[in-house]
Amino acid sequence: MTPDLECADLTKQFGETTAVDNVSFTVPPGSFFSILGPSGCGKTTIMRMIAGFLDPTSGDICIKGKSVLDTPPNKRPVNMVFQHLALFPMMTIAENIGYGLRRQKIPKDQISRKVDEALDRIGLPGIGGRKVDELSGGQKQRVAIARCMVLEPDVLLLDEPLGALDLKLREHMKIELKALQAAFDTTFVYITHDQSEALVMSDQISVMNAGRFEQVGTGQDLYYRPDTPFVAGFIGDANRWKGRIERVEGAVLEMRTETGLAMRATASNDLSAGDMAEIFVRPETIRLAASADALADFDNQLQGTVTSILFNGAASRVLVQDSVGETLEVTLPQSGEFSGLHRGDTVHIGWGAAQAICFGGGT
Amino acid sequence: MRSHARIGFVLLLTPLVLWLGLLIVIPHIDMLLISLRERISFGVYETSAAQYQKALTEPLYLRTFWRTAVMSVLATGITLLIAFPVAYYIAKMAKGRLQQVLFILCLIPFYVSELVRTFGWMILLRETGIVSNLLQWAGLADQPVEMLYNDAAMMVGLVYTSMLFMMVPLVTTLESLDDSVIEAGYDLGGGGFSVLREIIIPHAMPGIVSGCIVVFMLSLGNYLTPTMLGGKDSLWFTEMIYNQFIVRSNWELGAAFGFMLLVLSSVIVWGMLRLTGRTLQETMG
Repeated sequence: MTPDLECADLTKQFGETTAVDNVSFTVPPGSFFSILGPSGCGKTTIMRMIAGFLDPTSGDICIKGKSVLDTPPNKRPVNMVFQHLALFPMMTIAENIGYGLRRQKIPKDQISRKVDEALDRIGLPGIGGRKVDELSGGQKQRVAIARCMVLEPDVLLLDEPLGALDLKLREHMKIELKALQAAFDTTFVYITHDQSEALVMSDQISVMNAGRFEQVGTGQDLYYRPDTPFVAGFIGDANRWKGRIERVEGAVLEMRTETGLAMRATASNDLSAGDMAEIFVRPETIRLAASADALADFDNQLQGTVTSILFNGAASRVLVQDSVGETLEVTLPQSGEFSGLHRGDTVHIGWGAAQAICFGGGT
Repeated sequence: MRSHARIGFVLLLTPLVLWLGLLIVIPHIDMLLISLRERISFGVYETSAAQYQKALTEPLYLRTFWRTAVMSVLATGITLLIAFPVAYYIAKMAKGRLQQVLFILCLIPFYVSELVRTFGWMILLRETGIVSNLLQWAGLADQPVEMLYNDAAMMVGLVYTSMLFMMVPLVTTLESLDDSVIEAGYDLGGGGFSVLREIIIPHAMPGIVSGCIVVFMLSLGNYLTPTMLGGKDSLWFTEMIYNQFIVRSNWELGAAFGFMLLVLSSVIVWGMLRLTGRTLQETMG
């Protein structure tokens, strides 16, 4: 099957700086593809090149197998939902949605029928006569998507459209966007710096850093099996240690950290004894216990003092200082077992080697 | 506290009331009264509408009146047509320093008086002036060309004088248009013309209307430019008011002319607002 969108060796330079560096990816039809990266990593540049507002320095962009490099933005079969939505404030909602159809010289009665259908689909029937500023943030969001979807584009680009919404609405819109994507059955390419948006909605996520794709995969791939230290650090949180590998025993390796702790982690092929390496352990994989006995099954065990409790509902954490003075973040279970935990208490923590990911090259 | 606020309010309001009362309301009431009287003999006046009757029946007066109105509307239109692309360039296409420099360049001519600026045009356009000499040098004319004292020269002067007052509101409104809204217009399939017509112009409408009102009023009330650059046929209504007051000492007719000009500008501004479906509040607020 021809991919809906294919970028090959895409590069964009602004003067001396390379914003996008040799990026290639394909997006299969009907899928939700996210580009996730910190601000300034070049993700918006990619999107603007796909939309046609920027010309790539080199490389090719194909939509449904055809190169669109010579097609101006108003003729490309892609549409874009802008960061601040960019609804036309001088028009009503119906005129906003009908704008693209009017450009295609479609008869008036058909336009109004299609606009009504689109409004039904986004769950806002009968608001066509209203002004843009009479709508709430979430409604504007849906109108911005409907305005693109009436044109039946091959690919819909979304540039951090949830950024301007408040937290509660953002959580709600994540689910809604995913549902809209399924309802319209169109390929979505979504840009965000918010990992939770990408993880919740996407079929495929590419993590981008400094103009390059670090890893492309499903949310699970990125979370459980990161390819690079950047991905491991960017998706989710992690405690990190740097050190030198002492032994490799089959699937498990042992590293001596710079502070002198011995630590066991999952081995990867290209590491052998004597290499410098970096270990990542997620706070939620660390088990908290009152006594060392409860942690007998774990490869790594430490004793420490609670220095701080970061209460954040379900995502609460404790900061534990170990014997050599490093501070670790550990997820606080909400089962009630540790509800009496205070600053200064002594706790035992442990985690398995399988949950500790090791990358070579740490200096 | 309340009495303090009251005193502050009164203090702030007083200059405004004095200004409006002394400089606008009282002179206009007096003008109205003067325009509504007729001189019977030395020092004897009678209330009558004779001045307005004279103004509306004398062909020269009437012709000048309408000509001034039409030419002012034309000057406003030409100013808008020239200022819009320039304002769009300054507001949307120029970036950073260039934007500031261009805007200041628009402002610089206004550092010198209108009189000096108009003399500048005279130096350019007169028979022995720069343009005339340039044309002869280039072989496009075989004798000195006189370009002053006609409607075209006057129009050039009027447009030049009013340009800034069109630029400022246009640049301000165009700057407030989000670039991504224009991009969205293209992204959804619009061409340059439809984006201009459906997005940029509707957005800039408050600036267009307020710029047009200011420029129209300035042109209508302009005295220097038509007098200096216009020819014998280009009589401007303000010149006639001046003639009646100063040259003929006929204050009654002059006051009547003044009131006709006031009514004319009010009617045309009202018509302009009606045509564009705006209220004065929206445009000036």
